Amino acid sequence: METLLYLVFGLAALVGGVLVIVNRNPVYSALSLVLTMFAVSALYVLQQAYFVAAVQLVVYAGAIVVLFLFVIMLLNLGESDNLPAASGARRFVGALLGVTFAGIIGALVWEYASTAGVAAGAATDAGHTKHLARLLFKNYLLPFEIVSLVLLAALVGVIVLIRTRGSGLDASEADHV
Amino acid sequence: MSSFALCLAVSAALFTLGVVGVMVKRNAIVVFMCIELMLNGANLAFVTFSRQHGTLDGQIFVFFVMAIAAAEVAIGLAIIVTVFKNRASINVDDVTMLRR
Repeated sequence: METLLYLVFGLAALVGGVLVIVNRNPVYSALSLVLTMFAVSALYVLQQAYFVAAVQLVVYAGAIVVLFLFVIMLLNLGESDNLPAASGARRFVGALLGVTFAGIIGALVWEYASTAGVAAGAATDAGHTKHLARLLFKNYLLPFEIVSLVLLAALVGVIVLIRTRGSGLDASEADHV
Repeated sequence: MSSFALCLAVSAALFTLGVVGVMVKRNAIVVFMCIELMLNGANLAFVTFSRQHGTLDGQIFVFFVMAIAAAEVAIGLAIIVTVFKNRASINVDDVTMLRR
């Protein structure tokens, strides 16, 4: 039963990923990305990473994909502005790279999965989120704070990037100078 | 096939799909989505190994990856919007000034 769920959600994730690439309309690509995010989140739940699954839904499906859709609609991109298809050479290189990559990673996975024993996990079932929080705020406190700084820098950077020259803020600054 | 190997295979396939998408697609926004696919593949591998080894450190790393991904998407989309303002195009092949 559990293996079946793993199969179903893993397949859903892959189908979503393929649709992201195959769809010509970026809106459909974004919606396929949501499918992948949901399926990966379900895989997290199956692996008892409940909190990560919730964060995955909130951050990826809730925030990042909405940001994508927002920009697509802001730029008014649709099927109308049809980009010409990728050149044959690029497609060939992409396919070649994909096959090589899949081969290498698949071989590694096969090697590791066949040598690794039965899952030693499930040691941290009760109070899972509490353990996670303890780890995050004790052992990984410094990276946590640095990430908050990175997010702040990103926020300021985005505002500076998006601001246009002739906006009101610049004009008032020019008045003062 | 164990759930461990299955999850690792899905993670590898997601990463590969992301790589292929970055190579093949020309729409800058879709290229960004493919980068998200790659990050998701890596995250899935983190969680899977974390379960396998019975520690939670992998899940902590997933948090950090998600935070950086959020920052990266915000800045990347801002750059795309700026490029679109200047060139009225989001074809990645139109932005090749640095190559010349």
